[in-house]
Amino acid sequence: MSEVATQAPLLEVRGVSKRFGATQALNDVSFDLRPGEVHALMGENGAGKSTLMKIISGNYAPDTGSIHMLGEQVVMASPRDAMTAGVGIIHQELNTFPEMTVAENLAVGNEPNRAGVLNRRQMLVDARDKLDHVGATGINPKTPIGRLSVGMQQMVEIARAMAEDVKVLVLDEPTAALSTSESNQLFELIREMRERGMGLIYISHRMEEVWHLADRVTVFRDGNLVGTRDMRATGPDAVRPNDIVKMMVGRDVDDLYGHERHELGDVRLEVEELTDGADIGPVSFSVRGGEIVSMVGLIGAGRTEVGRLLYGADRAASGTVKLDGEVLRVRGPKEAIAKGIGMLPESRKDQALFLEMSVRDNTAMSTLSDYSSGGVLKFRKMRSKVAAIFDSLAVKTASQATESRSLSGGNQQKLVLGRLMLERPSLMILDEPTRGVDIGAKSEIYRIIKEIAQAGTAVLVISSDLPEALGISDRLLVMREGRLVAELDASSATEEGVMEHATGVYADDTTRNDA
Amino acid sequence: MTTNTAAATNVSPKARNAMANLGYWWDKVGIFAVLILLCAFMAVMAPSFLSIDNGLNVARSVSINAILAAGMTMIIITAGIDLSVGSILAVSGVAGVLLFVSGTPSILAVLGGILVGAFAGFINGAFVAWLALPAFIVTLGSMTYLRGIAYSLLEGQPLIASDLGYRGIGNGAVAGIPTPVVVMVVVYVVFWFILERTTFGRHVYAVGGNIEAARLAGINVKRVLAWVYTIAGAAAGLAGIIFSARVLSAQPTAGESYELDAIAAVVLGGTSLMGGRGRILGTLVGALIIGVLSNGLVLMNVPFFYQLIVKGLVIVLAVAIDSLRRLSKSGT
Repeated sequence: MSEVATQAPLLEVRGVSKRFGATQALNDVSFDLRPGEVHALMGENGAGKSTLMKIISGNYAPDTGSIHMLGEQVVMASPRDAMTAGVGIIHQELNTFPEMTVAENLAVGNEPNRAGVLNRRQMLVDARDKLDHVGATGINPKTPIGRLSVGMQQMVEIARAMAEDVKVLVLDEPTAALSTSESNQLFELIREMRERGMGLIYISHRMEEVWHLADRVTVFRDGNLVGTRDMRATGPDAVRPNDIVKMMVGRDVDDLYGHERHELGDVRLEVEELTDGADIGPVSFSVRGGEIVSMVGLIGAGRTEVGRLLYGADRAASGTVKLDGEVLRVRGPKEAIAKGIGMLPESRKDQALFLEMSVRDNTAMSTLSDYSSGGVLKFRKMRSKVAAIFDSLAVKTASQATESRSLSGGNQQKLVLGRLMLERPSLMILDEPTRGVDIGAKSEIYRIIKEIAQAGTAVLVISSDLPEALGISDRLLVMREGRLVAELDASSATEEGVMEHATGVYADDTTRNDA
Repeated sequence: MTTNTAAATNVSPKARNAMANLGYWWDKVGIFAVLILLCAFMAVMAPSFLSIDNGLNVARSVSINAILAAGMTMIIITAGIDLSVGSILAVSGVAGVLLFVSGTPSILAVLGGILVGAFAGFINGAFVAWLALPAFIVTLGSMTYLRGIAYSLLEGQPLIASDLGYRGIGNGAVAGIPTPVVVMVVVYVVFWFILERTTFGRHVYAVGGNIEAARLAGINVKRVLAWVYTIAGAAAGLAGIIFSARVLSAQPTAGESYELDAIAAVVLGGTSLMGGRGRILGTLVGALIIGVLSNGLVLMNVPFFYQLIVKGLVIVLAVAIDSLRRLSKSGT
């Protein structure tokens, strides 16, 4: 370990700044990556991680500062330059051509040919080599890539990135769409690449992944590099998860969520043996009026699916759902809203917002019949209702007619929250309520959630952000592989305790880093 | 080194500013300014262009396309398309005339024709909404079978009806204004009201902007889609009645390729083919631009084939400007 630390850095970024209009996206950032290390980058959305990665991979030119590979200054004027210098990047979203075969995908842009005529045999041989190189021996190069699972497709992408003598591999939230077992496979591969002396930059929001994988962690906030911590340090220098969170947030985490507990009412939601007939459930649980219950677990544990079953977005196979003692049979979102269930979907942009429409229309969309008679809208009433909601949520918008596209992530999320509040539900399901919003808006959203609960609403939060779930909830429901595996009191639960239930690995904490 | 790479990878600020300014200008006055400029140009080139008679002539000549385009606008806002409007026009016109010659009172014949159009639209909508088939394919099919039905009803021959009871709809005038123009204005007022002032209108934009979000917001997406195609079918039916009244006959070939002019008017008017964005009054201006262009070029004695070239280029140019506007809006 110590000899690794003394080697010249593989990649070094010196004093890089980048400004977009009025936003200082990166401010005098210096950062280095050693051979044989996994260096995690953490920070809120908009903290500057992605901007730095786009500079390293040749997508943006820095305003000031320089990039060095193995001690030599390099200019990354294009993605091509970065590849030549030995920097590969795996983007958050898949960049595959689903109808083309694995071999064709691997060869894109660099097809073996003779006078423009494809050499298919060579292409297959190359593909086999590249796949074997990343240990993906089970993938057939002749398969259309769209038929592979997301995890397998990502393997192919890594194989493609590795093809060009890559020394530095950047992985941008690589597990976002992977199942648990696929993620574990990826972690294995990352450890192997580390063994081979490659440098890996690992961007993630997930503390537990970073905790297990990273040798060093660098935290960004508002375009500044807050600090780098050595995860292998022991004794008094040992890093605790909360230290990292504190660096990301910039203040003590406790005041972010607000502490006061409040009186709980009667049970409002009772779920018994709810299942989709396949991977999800059966699950049984209840939520009281005024109570905030968070569902936690790894990605793919089935939390979002349970929320969608309750809301009627997907059809349940069996089970009963009772709201205020009445058995509900919800066949779709429209009925769910009418019966008193509201849901904030997981993906704001794909599932909640109408980006071309005004902020007013977005907020009022599910309650239009409240401001109309005979289908004709009463604008005055609509305007005043929306204005009242905007007031209480502190939505920052130029006017009610502003296109929702132009709002910040936090304000867009408030529009969707406002839509839910206008529905006046008895049960509110909030799926990742603070995903992709900045820290200021986060604390406001927490305040709003608390207020909603205090008004007597039953609140079911689905969150992948453990500190958040622990901070805002009264109770935690831990899910693993479609089942509820634990129910914990939030005031006494710890992140480690939750993770044990979520992963099913009940071990102590010393196994972190490489196993 | 930094200045070098910056120049290599960034669009120059000047060019970006120019694009943003153009975008701003286009947002403010947009297609309407194009219409005014076009009229001014035609007035200079062909002095007879600027007369009340010619103005009414242009308005009458665009009325049928404008009515088709109104329905088309609503469909395109939902991210759909209707290639069958020309064929619906034909079937509805034929139905109206056949009803009349078989002794149906004029008013019922007119309503019958419109209902036939609405029903044809509903069939389109049913396939699009409940079977989730692509609108392009569904309406490509109905374009063909409806044309076939129009021919079959007449056994392939036009049917002249010079005593058509409702011929006033095509040839009459209200207070000096041709009836088709009056009908067109009424249609646009109704469509504007539906799209801008009703819950259904909000739902139309929502379905086109983000169909999954619309469903999760409790909107009955399928019913909205079915209604949109039905309404557009009714508009095409009305256009068919006007057409048959104008030519005093049932014509199986009526409205061939009219769908293209209707789509052109919608796109010129700034409605996005991706759905979710569009204004009905923009479509009216778009239809007028096409009409003014045709009329002016005729007055200028430009041969027909050159007219086609100019019309096509104007459409591409207008859409290109609109696309630039959106590029500059989305910023970096």
